[in-house]
Amino acid sequence: MSIAELLPTSKRGQGLALVGLGAAWVTAYWVNGWAWDRLLYDGLRMERAARVSETIHFFLYDTTKIALLLVGIIFVVTVLRSYMSVERTRALLGGKREGLGNVMAAGLGVITPFCSCSAVPAFIGFVAAGVPIGVTLSFLIASPLVNEIAIGMLFSLFGWQIAALYVVAGLSVAVVAGWVLGRLGVQRWVEPFVFETKLGGQIIDSTAGLTFDQRLQMGAEEAVTILRKIWPYLLVGVGLGAVIHGWAPTDFFTTYAGPGNVFGVLVAVGIGVPLYSNAAGIMPLVQALHEKGLPMGTLLAFMMSVVALSLPEMILLRRVLKPQLLAAFVGVVATGIVAVGYLFNLVLA
Amino acid sequence: MIIKVLGPGCANCVALERVTREAVNALGLSASIEKVEDYPTIAGYGVMSTPALVVDEVVVISGRVPTPTQLRDLLAPLAS
Repeated sequence: MSIAELLPTSKRGQGLALVGLGAAWVTAYWVNGWAWDRLLYDGLRMERAARVSETIHFFLYDTTKIALLLVGIIFVVTVLRSYMSVERTRALLGGKREGLGNVMAAGLGVITPFCSCSAVPAFIGFVAAGVPIGVTLSFLIASPLVNEIAIGMLFSLFGWQIAALYVVAGLSVAVVAGWVLGRLGVQRWVEPFVFETKLGGQIIDSTAGLTFDQRLQMGAEEAVTILRKIWPYLLVGVGLGAVIHGWAPTDFFTTYAGPGNVFGVLVAVGIGVPLYSNAAGIMPLVQALHEKGLPMGTLLAFMMSVVALSLPEMILLRRVLKPQLLAAFVGVVATGIVAVGYLFNLVLA
Repeated sequence: MIIKVLGPGCANCVALERVTREAVNALGLSASIEKVEDYPTIAGYGVMSTPALVVDEVVVISGRVPTPTQLRDLLAPLAS
């Protein structure tokens, strides 16, 4: 049973469903803290100030809040992004030179709907259309690095300044890393079959010609699909966040990665690169660590290294990139993220 | 009629194959359904977002899993 079959078919029914769900979302978000207060402290008579009840409250409150944010953000972003497509992005990038091309590719990487499972066919398609390798890499770096869910979450949890800093920083890393890799003359490190592939057939624009209803439906389906896929990460993330929130001594993290430690950002990225989660799972952790006094630059660097460099995507890219280029890719992006971390710690201090 | 499901084996590709089989059965079409998993061939069809659906060598869907209704509407006229 898919979502589509559950939705009303008449125009009026769909409008009502949309308004109803919107109202339910706002209400749920609004009463979230209050409802858990009533249930735990009045209903179950748990002690308000006790550490255990506070940790449980944090877990329930944060899980609900982040799940709601996630659903809302994914729905809106999917509907908006359905007006873009990889095909249109490639048309825009075709014939662009390095430099401006890298900037455009990074920007388009953020707004183009793109699943890292399509990284390989997209890479081949871009290269076959004459998009330079470095420009293609800028696109492939920006796409996971500047994550729309992370933007929405940072905005809701820390305010627009932090969200804006994150976008600017992620774009800069993607532009610079793509440009540097392009300069290295990496053509020789691309698997030869990429250049031999001839594009046949006609280009189908994956999202062109959809009605607004279909776009809304795509948004609803995407929200359900993603939530279904990532709920374990979300629960683990919030669980860790709750434990840190309630039990970690205040100076535990600051000693190792606090403002006073010069290696803080390096440590954070070193832990983040092999770690694989997604923006939604990592955000509660970031929030709890921020509470414990870790600087924002270190935390953003940590988050970026977790979402941008993941083993599954590297394994996919290995099909088109030789090990040398893959290593350079990881190295350049990680270096960029570390630089961003230190810069932010300086700026925000 | 030859239907090809293009995709390296991700969750969406499996979903597309499933709805395609369902639609073919529901419409009572005589069609063979093949999976295409290797990248050069996928890219050869001009497809950049997987999963994609190819009917008699023509790409009809790319980058998304259609709803069963959409897919039936799409396949029905091609059957004749």
